[in-house]
Amino acid sequence: MNAPVMGRVYSFESCGMVDGPGLRFVAFLQGCPLRCLYCHNPDSWERSGGLEMSSAQVVAEARKYKTWMDSSGGGLTVSGGEPLAQPLFTEDILKRAHALGISTALDTSGFAPLEKAKACLDAADLVILDIKAAGSPLHRKVCGSGDALPLEVLEYLKSQGKRLWIRHVVVPGLTDAQEDLERLIPLLQGIPCLERFELLPFHKMGEEKWVDVKEDYQLSDTPAPQDEFMDKLRQHFREAGIPVSD
Amino acid sequence: MEQWRGFADGAWKYKIDVRDFIQRNYTPYEGDEAFLAPATERTQDLWKKISALMEEERQKGILDAETAIPSSVTSHGPGYVDKDAELIVGFQTDAPLKRGIMPKGGLRVVQGALESYGYELDPQVAEIYGKHRKTHNDGVFSAYTDEMLRARKSGILTGLPDAYGRGRIIGDYRRAALYGVDRLIEDKKRAKDSYDTSSITEEEIRGREEITEQIASLSDLKAMASSYGFDISVPATNAKEAVQWTYFAYLAAIKDQDGAAMSIGRVSTFLDVYFERDLADGVLTEVEAQEIIDHFVMKLRMVRFLRTPAYNDLFSGDPTWVTEALGGIGVDGRTLVSKTTFRVLHTLENLGPAPEPNLTVLWTPRLPDGFKDFCSRLSIETSAIQYENDCLMRTWFGDDYGIACCVSAMKLGKQMQFFGARANMAKALLYAINGGKDEKSGMQVGPAFLPVSGDYLNYDEVKQRFDAVQDWLAELYIKTLNVIHSMHDKYSYESLQMALHDRDVHRTMACGIAGLSVAADSLSAIKHAKVKVIRNEEGLAVDYEVEGDYPAYGNNDDRVDQIAVDLVEGFMNRVRKQKTYRNAEPTQSILTITSNVVYGKKTGSTPDGRKAGVPFGPGANPIHGRDANGALAAFASVAKLPYEHAIDGISYTFSIVPKTLGKADAERRSNLSALLDGYFLQGGHHVNINVLNRETLLDAMDHPEKYPQLTIRVSGYAVNFIKLTREQQEDVITRTFHTII
Repeated sequence: MNAPVMGRVYSFESCGMVDGPGLRFVAFLQGCPLRCLYCHNPDSWERSGGLEMSSAQVVAEARKYKTWMDSSGGGLTVSGGEPLAQPLFTEDILKRAHALGISTALDTSGFAPLEKAKACLDAADLVILDIKAAGSPLHRKVCGSGDALPLEVLEYLKSQGKRLWIRHVVVPGLTDAQEDLERLIPLLQGIPCLERFELLPFHKMGEEKWVDVKEDYQLSDTPAPQDEFMDKLRQHFREAGIPVSD
Repeated sequence: MEQWRGFADGAWKYKIDVRDFIQRNYTPYEGDEAFLAPATERTQDLWKKISALMEEERQKGILDAETAIPSSVTSHGPGYVDKDAELIVGFQTDAPLKRGIMPKGGLRVVQGALESYGYELDPQVAEIYGKHRKTHNDGVFSAYTDEMLRARKSGILTGLPDAYGRGRIIGDYRRAALYGVDRLIEDKKRAKDSYDTSSITEEEIRGREEITEQIASLSDLKAMASSYGFDISVPATNAKEAVQWTYFAYLAAIKDQDGAAMSIGRVSTFLDVYFERDLADGVLTEVEAQEIIDHFVMKLRMVRFLRTPAYNDLFSGDPTWVTEALGGIGVDGRTLVSKTTFRVLHTLENLGPAPEPNLTVLWTPRLPDGFKDFCSRLSIETSAIQYENDCLMRTWFGDDYGIACCVSAMKLGKQMQFFGARANMAKALLYAINGGKDEKSGMQVGPAFLPVSGDYLNYDEVKQRFDAVQDWLAELYIKTLNVIHSMHDKYSYESLQMALHDRDVHRTMACGIAGLSVAADSLSAIKHAKVKVIRNEEGLAVDYEVEGDYPAYGNNDDRVDQIAVDLVEGFMNRVRKQKTYRNAEPTQSILTITSNVVYGKKTGSTPDGRKAGVPFGPGANPIHGRDANGALAAFASVAKLPYEHAIDGISYTFSIVPKTLGKADAERRSNLSALLDGYFLQGGHHVNINVLNRETLLDAMDHPEKYPQLTIRVSGYAVNFIKLTREQQEDVITRTFHTII
C-alpha cells in the first residue's frame, strides 16, 4: 500500500447504527462545499477546521471495533462534512479499510465533479447518497448550489450497479411541498441497485452550533414534520415502487 | 420413585446433584417466542389486586410491618392475597408486602427502620435482643478496632454488611423439588457423621454444629409448607408442585435472612423438565404453564425487607436482588435455553415491566437466534434485563452457576461468598496526596506520611504514595471483613440456605472497589495534563485545577485504560496477600450499585476535575460525559478490565435512546443483539441495557403516577424509576445517554 494520505477529520462515532447496515464506525471528515439550511454540524464546513490525521490513523481507529463490525455485519462509514471534498483522503481510507476486510460505506451529498469523485465511489462497498432536492432551484435554496453534480454522481452509480441507499430530508415549508416531493419519484424509480430509500424528518438539532460559527440559522421556527405525514409520505413512495424504509 | 416417572436415569438419583438431573432431562429450545401464551384473566385480576397494594405501599413507604414476632422460617402462618386465585402461595409474613423483622442481624437497625415508618418495636423483643441474645451487629462492634471504625466513618470502606444481612448466598432451592426435604435431611445427617473424626478440632465442631442447625431448618421448612397444606417431605410430582416446592425453599430463606441480595439462582430450565413432562402427558396446556410461571413471578416481585432510610441511600429503590440466571449454554454445547426461560422473560409482558426478579440473561453469541431476538425486543421495550458473559463465566464456574446479587457468579449449591461491599479507590488516592488524612474531616485515617508538596502534582510521587495507601487499605479491608463474617456466622448463620448446599462449600471473600473511573482519570490527568493543587488553611489539599487535556477512561484509549486495568489488578494482588476468615478465596468486583451517589457525596474534589460531592460513575462506568467517542469506545474500554482479577464481577450500565439503535424495530433488535455479541466477544463481563428517552424520565420525575412500572437498570439491578430518591433520579438522567444526531 502507498504512503498514507493526510486529511482533516471532524469527529469519530464508534457506534453508528443508522449510517449503513449493522454497527459502524463513522468517520466524519472536515469541510463541506454545501451550506444546507438544516445542517447539524455547521462547524464541519470550514476546510481548515478539524484535526489533521492520516488515512492510516483513521483506519487504525476504526479497526478497534472489528469485533462489532463482524458480529453485526457492519463496517466503516466515511461521512462528513463532505467526504468527496477530500477525495484522495477518502479514497485511501476506503481502500485501506477494505484491505483489512472491513466493509465500507460512503455517506455523501454527491456534490463533487464526477471525475474527482469516481475513485471514491468505486472504492466504497455501499454509497449513501443524500439527495437534497429534485430540481435545481429548490436544491439551491436548500444548500446553496444546483443539483447538476449530484445527478451526475447518481447516474454514474446507477451505471455501475453500486449498492445504493438514498436519503432525503423532509423540512416543513422547505422541502415538503407536494410538487417537490413528486419530482423526486421519477429520480428514484427503476434503480435495481437502490436497496433503500430513507425519508428523514427534519430535526432542529445543532442550532446552537450555528451561533458558535456566527451563521444565521433560518429554521428556528420550523417544526419537525408530523409522524402521520411522514408515514403517508413513505407509503406514497412505496406505492410508486421505491424501496422505502421506516 | 413415582415422582420421578419418565426421567432419565443418572447419578442424580444416587446423590444430590441437580445439574446432572438437568443435563440428562432437559429439552433445549431453539425456536422463537411464537408459542407463548398471554396472561389469563385470573392472572390479570390477581396482578391488579397486587398492583393496588404496591401503589398503596409506594405512597406510605411500606404497607405494613411486623413489630412483635421476629421472622424465622416458621414464625408466621400462611398469608394470601386471594387464596382461591393464587396458584403459587406463600408470603414472608401473614400478609402480602408486610415486612418482617430480623433482629438477630442487629437490634438498632430494626428499631430505627420501624421508627422511620412510624412503628414501634415490641418492648419484649427489644429486651430479648438487647439483653439476652447478642446480635451480629453487636458482635462486629465488639471486635472492630479503632482503625476500622475510622475507615468506616470516613467512607473509605463503605456499605459493609455489619448492620444488615450479608446475603449473596444462593441456596440450591431446586433440591427441595427434586428430592423432597426428607431426602435432604438424610443426606445432611450423613454429612454430619462424616465430621465425627478421630480428633475433633474446632473446624469439625463448628461443622457439626452448623449441620445440626441446617437439619433443624429443613424440618422448619417442611413445617412451613405444611401450614400452607403441602407435604414437601417428598419430591414434587408435577410442574406446579415443582414451582411451589422451589418457591417454598426460597421463601424459607427470605424468612430466615434479610441479606442485601437474595438471588433465587437458576431455576427456569430445571422447572422446564417438569413442564415438558406435564405437557407431554397432556395434563397441562401452554396457557396453564404460563399461568403457573406468572403466579410464581408475582410472588418473587413481592419479596420485601425492612430497611432503614440510610440503607435506601446506598441501595435505592428497595431492591431485593431476586436474581434469576437465564439461558447460557452447557459444557456439551447445547443451549440451556428452554421454553420456561422464555416463559419467565414473558412475564415482563404478561405482568408488565418490573425490577424484580432481577432477570439476568447469560449471553453468548451462540445462543439460538429466536432467543436473542426475543431478549433484544424485551430490552428495548422494558429496560428490565441485564446481560452477562456466559462463555467467560462458564470457564470458571461450569454450566450450573447462578448470579448472587448483580454480577457475582457462583456454582449453585457448591459455593458461597462473604460479601464485602467496597473500598473507595478515589478516596484512597486523595489519602495518598494528603498523607493519610481524610480530605473532608482532616482526620488521620490512613497511615501518616508526608503529604505531597508543591503546587503541581507529580505522577511518580503520587503513584508511590498511592501504592502505599493501597497496601494499607487492602490489609485493613480484609481484617474488617474477617471480623464481620466471623460474627455473621456466629450470630446470624444462614442455616436454611446452607442446608441447600453441599457439606463442603467453596467460600470467597468478595471485596470490591468503587470510584475506579475517578481514580483512573485522576492519574491520567496527573500524568498527561497539569494538575494544580489548592490547599486549605490547614494545608490539606481540597481542590484541584486541571490545566490542559488528558485522555479519559471510556474512550478506548490505552493511555488511560491501561491505568484502570493496572488499578484493578494491583488492588486484587494486594487483597490476595491477606489471610482470610475460613480461608476464603479473596475476589473483588467493580460494582457500586446505586451507592456511586453516596460515595461521591463522601469524597472530596479529585484531580480529574471532579468536584467534591459529585457522584462517581456507577460500577465500571466512565465518568458521565467524558466518553466522547460513542458507545463502542466505552464498551471497549470496560471490556479491557481483567475478569481474572475481578471475578466477583464488573458492572457496566449502558443507556441508549431508541432512535440511535436503528430506524426500524427489526434493525434495532439485531443491532442490540450484535452489540452484545461484540461486547462479550471482546471480553466484557456484564452490562445493563436501558433503551429510553431522557424526556420520559424527566416526565416521570414530575408525574410518578403516570409511570407505576417504569423500570430502569441501574448498577446490577433494576429499579422502579419512581422509587429512586430525587438525587438518584437526577444522577440517572445526567448520565450519558448514547445519542447520535
